[in-house]
Amino acid sequence: MTAGSVHAMSPQEVVERALAASKADGQVAFVVESSEANLRWASNSLTTNGAMRSRQVVVVSFVDGGAGMAAGTVTRSGTPDIGELVTASEQAARDAGPAEDAVPLIGDLPSVGGDWAADPAETSIEVFADFAPALGEAFGEARDRGDLLFGFAEHSMATTYLGSSTGLRLRHDQPTGRVELNGKSPDFGRSVWAGAGTRDFRDVSVPDLAADVARKMAWSQRRIELPAGRYETVLPPSAVSDLMIYLYWTMEARDADEGRNVFARPGGGNRVGERLAELPLTLRSDPAAPGLEAAPFQVVGASSGSASVFDNGMPTPAVDWISEGVLANLIRPRAWALKTTAPATAAVDNLILEDSTATADLDAMVAATERGLLLTTLWYIREVDPQTLLLTGLTRDGVFLVEGGEVTGAVNNFRFNESPVDLLGRANQAGRTERTLPREWNDWFTRTAMPALRVPDFNMSSISPAS
Amino acid sequence: MSAPHTIDESFLALPLSALTESALTRAVDLGCEHADIRVERIRTQSISLRDARPEAFADVEDLGLAVRVVHEGTWGFAAGVVLTAAEAVRLAEEAVAVARVSAAMNTDRVELAPEPVHEGSWVSAYDIDPFEVPDAEKSALLIELSEQLMAADGVEHVQSACMAVKEQKYYADTAGTRTRQQRVRIHPEFTALTVDRATGQFESMRTLAPPVGRGWEYLTGTGWDWRGELAEIPELLREKTKAPSVEAGRYDLVVDPTNLFLTIHESIGHATELDRALGYEAAYAGTSFATVDKLGTLQYGSPLMNVTGDRTAPHGLSTVAWDDEGVAGQQWDIVKDGVLVGYQVDRNMARLRGLPRSNGCAFADSSRHVPVQRMANVSLQPAPDGPSTEEIIAGVERGIYVVGDKSWSIDMQRYNFQFTGQRFYRIENGRLAGQLRDVAYQATTTDFWGSMKVVGGPQTYVLGGAFNCGKAQPGQVAPVSHGCPSALFENVSILNTVQEAGR
Repeated sequence: MTAGSVHAMSPQEVVERALAASKADGQVAFVVESSEANLRWASNSLTTNGAMRSRQVVVVSFVDGGAGMAAGTVTRSGTPDIGELVTASEQAARDAGPAEDAVPLIGDLPSVGGDWAADPAETSIEVFADFAPALGEAFGEARDRGDLLFGFAEHSMATTYLGSSTGLRLRHDQPTGRVELNGKSPDFGRSVWAGAGTRDFRDVSVPDLAADVARKMAWSQRRIELPAGRYETVLPPSAVSDLMIYLYWTMEARDADEGRNVFARPGGGNRVGERLAELPLTLRSDPAAPGLEAAPFQVVGASSGSASVFDNGMPTPAVDWISEGVLANLIRPRAWALKTTAPATAAVDNLILEDSTATADLDAMVAATERGLLLTTLWYIREVDPQTLLLTGLTRDGVFLVEGGEVTGAVNNFRFNESPVDLLGRANQAGRTERTLPREWNDWFTRTAMPALRVPDFNMSSISPAS
Repeated sequence: MSAPHTIDESFLALPLSALTESALTRAVDLGCEHADIRVERIRTQSISLRDARPEAFADVEDLGLAVRVVHEGTWGFAAGVVLTAAEAVRLAEEAVAVARVSAAMNTDRVELAPEPVHEGSWVSAYDIDPFEVPDAEKSALLIELSEQLMAADGVEHVQSACMAVKEQKYYADTAGTRTRQQRVRIHPEFTALTVDRATGQFESMRTLAPPVGRGWEYLTGTGWDWRGELAEIPELLREKTKAPSVEAGRYDLVVDPTNLFLTIHESIGHATELDRALGYEAAYAGTSFATVDKLGTLQYGSPLMNVTGDRTAPHGLSTVAWDDEGVAGQQWDIVKDGVLVGYQVDRNMARLRGLPRSNGCAFADSSRHVPVQRMANVSLQPAPDGPSTEEIIAGVERGIYVVGDKSWSIDMQRYNFQFTGQRFYRIENGRLAGQLRDVAYQATTTDFWGSMKVVGGPQTYVLGGAFNCGKAQPGQVAPVSHGCPSALFENVSILNTVQEAGR
């Protein structure tokens, strides 16, 4: 059975009907056909699970009311009446008033979309046919060791069909998978984590994840209390990804140009061209990055400072945000690009940080540490001061003391206060870049590849008694 | 106050009975010991303005159905968006298939605490359905209010947003419960920004008005004075930009309810969710220091501390007549005279703990998601004859008064937290002595609540709240309210955030 078979109309037909029903000056219509399956477990046993299918129909109408082009978006799930949907979005545009981000819609372009005619891709609970029994075995092994396993596995598939009154017909299939495995002692006093992002679960090895958890549980046998303070700290790729994602979400050109984010330059303008990192670090997005493939065009339901409904269908080629340590680009919709005579750039749903000269893996970086902390993940990251992009948050599921190149025990958790921009400036070693799963933000962002970073003076502001 | 509303005919006209019959019959035929079906329609309208000009207008309606089963002691769940009898049958079958795949991993047999059978309809308390107000009228009011702020001296930018939600929910289960509900909620907010180009310094100030379970009347004078608040913001912002940076150290802290609600949410609300205490959220939202072995003995805070959970407060964002397992809304004690005495639970957890009944805390944020234990309105009770905020401040020799929430973060066991606010004032000899900049307060939950020395009276009580409480995997978002008075906390650690940034 295909996902479309429960609907009377195919997603492509829905897009064509919506475009045909338009009485506006322009229209973008897109259908997102999605399916998802998930398993969740706690204390070596299943807790919740589910399988879900959904169709979202989005119509963005553009109406010129004389004073300028206005936009309105109406979204309905399932099998809405297309005529009513189109009429509602046109009314919404008329009611909204002229849009500041109005520019002509994207028209003739080299094709960046996939096979328009093909059925949507689909996933189901069967994606876990091998995973679930393997996890059951891992539960058994954990029980034998006296440990508890907690975690979550999810696989989703979203196929987007985007059409426009200017002739665009773009399609993208987006598989997204993630798995998190958390090990604890029965009193919850020791806690460790392993996680992975995946496109299809074929590359997920439960035994490997379980072995990672078992290794960190063994490291946690010896408990060491350390006070708050600044420590030499090795941040593994997952922790780096959560900090870099926040930095990426803040890279809005308009905010910077208006003087209201960390990328604003005192005296006016933005910091593009300024060196942010001493190491030759490049932060980039690339829709074709192997294993991290993401949509190569823009799909926008509602405008913001960093995206515009007028830019729907805009190609999103590979872009360097930071190039060899220097701020190279900010996220800039076309309308703001025109106003500021700067290039239009769009966010891509993946993020890669790399130092092309790096050779060390995480183990080698630990081995080269005389005395320092090795983190596992970061948690509850929130902005404290937008001026410096100061973030606060917690270390979670494994702070290890490294002495003489060896892990010698597990340290209490800390609350940190740090800015990712400052960390880039202070990092004195980066490791080899590898695919990693962000801990804090993986509900929204899973496609990252990051190095470990060594920071000589990471600010652990206070102790957290949590484990 | 207009006449009470009824549930929209267009929702009641959906084939609710036919879907129920098809799904539940199929589930029983497949051997399920329990099955329920939810049909949900959630309409969300988001209007955002940048510098008083339209930025985005989006209207989203999510309509779907979900079948949840207990099959041979294991949960199964399936959701879809096509409202036909055939699809309801397919979802029942898929939910059972999910239960079968999951059985290999399940060692704890699922059983549900009993609940009386309910049959009925309920609509939340609001005057004007925001979706009955013409969109142009809504945009016009938001533009007018934003322009008022934008026109003030020193205000360079204004960010405005209003989110309105209408949630309609039908629930039926194999025990015979059939409930229909309609809730309305709204969250307007306005933020003024000022930028000093020369130094590169920028500062912002946001309205304190909380999101509430009300309709469009909230923007036109019922429950909040928007024009009054917007008129004060420019001068408050100007004062904030000129304020001295705080000297880090320990201070007596008077916390306004517009800030304290979020501290309650993070350090009491989440910490007294039984699923967290039992470890169900251990890999994600976290666990709790308030473990079940401490129930009845844990000194959570000072003896002045009394906290209740409820699903009944008028205009509360967590208020319902029945939860997503058909359990009637209730009110109960969580902290009594400073001691932990209760948790928030759902039916499965109530059974596990040997409780006679769930207190009605199951909630799913849409038809797509399975219900999990979600937060009730968790509220700190005022002292019956307690002082006003001014009287509390008058009793402080050297301290800080914080108003409005901003940044928040707490650890995975709900011990260590750090909050900032919209405005911090220095208190000197019982009087406010101007604003301070760069302030954050940091504490451990039981130390903080243990240091509560004065609790304000009912005249200081405000029902705050949030639309965006996150929990569970897959992630779910829930709205929740928290009522509280002003209160005084002694000897709280105050950080200077510029120093924290190493500047």
